[in-house]
Amino acid sequence: MFQSRFLRNLRLGLENVLLHKLRSLLTMLGIVFGVGSVIAMLSVGEGASRQAMDQISRLGSHNIIISSEKPLADKSASASGRKRSLLYGLTYADHHRIRETFDTVKTTVPAKILRKEASVGPRRTDVRLVGTTAAWFELVERDVVAGRTLMPEDVTECNAVAVVTEAVAHKLLAVEHVLGQSLRVGSDVFEVVGVVRNRGGEGTSIQSPDRTSDIYIPLPVARERYGDTEVRIASGSYSREDVQLHQIIVRIDSLKHVEPTAEAIERMFQSSHKTKDYQFHVPLALLRQAQATKRTFNIVLGSIACISLIVGGIGIMNIMLASVTERTREIGVRRALGAKKRQIVHQFLVETVVLSTSGGIIGVALGLLIPVAITYLTQMPTQVTSWSVGLSLFISIAIGITFGIYPAVRAANLDPIEALRHE
Amino acid sequence: MQNRPNSSSAPVIRLSGITKTYQMGSTEVRALAEVSLTVARGDFWAVMGPSGSGKSTLLNLLGCLDRPTSGNYELAGQDVSNMSDDALSDVRLRYLGFIFQSFNLLPQLSVLRNIALPLYYQGWSSDRSRERAHELANRVGLESRMHHRPTELSGGQRQRVAIARALANDPAVILADEPTGNLDSRTGTEIMNMLSELHAQGKTIIMVTHEADIATHANKQLHMRDGRIASAGEIA
Repeated sequence: MFQSRFLRNLRLGLENVLLHKLRSLLTMLGIVFGVGSVIAMLSVGEGASRQAMDQISRLGSHNIIISSEKPLADKSASASGRKRSLLYGLTYADHHRIRETFDTVKTTVPAKILRKEASVGPRRTDVRLVGTTAAWFELVERDVVAGRTLMPEDVTECNAVAVVTEAVAHKLLAVEHVLGQSLRVGSDVFEVVGVVRNRGGEGTSIQSPDRTSDIYIPLPVARERYGDTEVRIASGSYSREDVQLHQIIVRIDSLKHVEPTAEAIERMFQSSHKTKDYQFHVPLALLRQAQATKRTFNIVLGSIACISLIVGGIGIMNIMLASVTERTREIGVRRALGAKKRQIVHQFLVETVVLSTSGGIIGVALGLLIPVAITYLTQMPTQVTSWSVGLSLFISIAIGITFGIYPAVRAANLDPIEALRHE
Repeated sequence: MQNRPNSSSAPVIRLSGITKTYQMGSTEVRALAEVSLTVARGDFWAVMGPSGSGKSTLLNLLGCLDRPTSGNYELAGQDVSNMSDDALSDVRLRYLGFIFQSFNLLPQLSVLRNIALPLYYQGWSSDRSRERAHELANRVGLESRMHHRPTELSGGQRQRVAIARALANDPAVILADEPTGNLDSRTGTEIMNMLSELHAQGKTIIMVTHEADIATHANKQLHMRDGRIASAGEIA
């Protein structure tokens, strides 16, 4: 019986809300924007932290990635100079020192990265040639599709072997006959011993150490064949760059040591490098950054949402009070026919909740659109969670009840005789 | 039902020494003074008197919309003089039917749903109450208007809807407050004929009016003056 009464009150509430469509819509606006911003806020925060988690898992949360970078001051000089020789970046000595100095360092992987063209027969493609050690594949975990990864013996014995990514294999080789094939890079020939899976590293703010088109060869082989000097001749200018290592990946033994060790290495570099020709990437720091973004968003939009919801609630209360005055007669009639006070309370409360929940539903629709617009306009990742939708609907129901009680009680406490006489 | 005596002479209403005073500022206004009255089942009373004589106050008390300052009111065998608000609502719901001068229909509801309103508060299922409302609409001759809004009806039709609504809970007493006050004399007569018919079917009716010719439809008349009963009895 209670249920059917509730349903009938619900129907009555809906009818009354629909009776004054424009008024109801205007009344709901506060709730609409409040709920919309709650969902949008949570989706932005969630998007940022998802992105960070994703990057961290791709980069490895225990890793510190140090890359060579052309020093800023010399960039303009090299552009103006016609002939220029530049020596910068990470050195074998840096790598050695990191490995020997810090107890918290578990593994280090040096990498020499060169842009080359690789070919098999008539087919050719641009690749990134990575001279590295066997440990690369421990730190940058990827599935092995076929064959094997680089072995420590390959490095010590200077074997002319290569591990390629799926993309390279697809471009150059028939997939089923990859292993044992000969791959040419410039005048050098490597035997393909393995294929590893790609995991998209491009397009995000901080990239994973691997790329789509990678060929991995032992570091001593790369050093022996290609040296440390890269010469570029472009549009009449000539530049020479001496870079020993392009990247060093450092794995730390535990999460709590990651950031202190990164700072310590950076201090060490500050004294040993004359210019800042290196760059640190600490994936773990990304998490903090994402959390900070999330917090800022939550505070800003949270206060907007909060104010909007309170204003919305007051708006609803205001309209309901007006509605009670307008329908004083109706209340008198219902009371005369035998409605109890609590039935009047119930009726008006349900009506208020219908109003606020309708606002909530429209707000949810808005809240689903805002993140799409944010992503479209700012490329910021967003992620709407189902619990935020549930939370917003719960909040709008709660607002209906909170701000509906006073008008409803006021309606119920009208004197039936006075109410019947009301014009 | 078991509370309702079968004998036609058994009293449905018994008022004894009812006094009602209002506080208006610093002065106390006595609207009713020591009113005693017995209404038998099947009576049709017309309550008359000049304005300010206390007939509205009496009707509000009889309608359980108000409580007496002192005295006893027994309705259908129960003492209702000191009941709680909820209990009084329940008494209105089960034993009383109201007909107002200005009809007091709910404008947003159809004729059918207006008639069914008391049944809703009695907790009837919507199917059952729709059926009953149909029946009542037929009884007052509005079978073709059941799905109209009250605003689409004439005054006489609206009052017929109100009568149907007053009959919905099969009340022990029907209370009518100037039921023809907003109608022209022809439709007024129509409505009075309908009430007379209900009286003939055995309904107990108490009607407030100030028109003498309307009062002749009743079989008993009560004259009020200054909050007291001036005269009460059968029409000769």
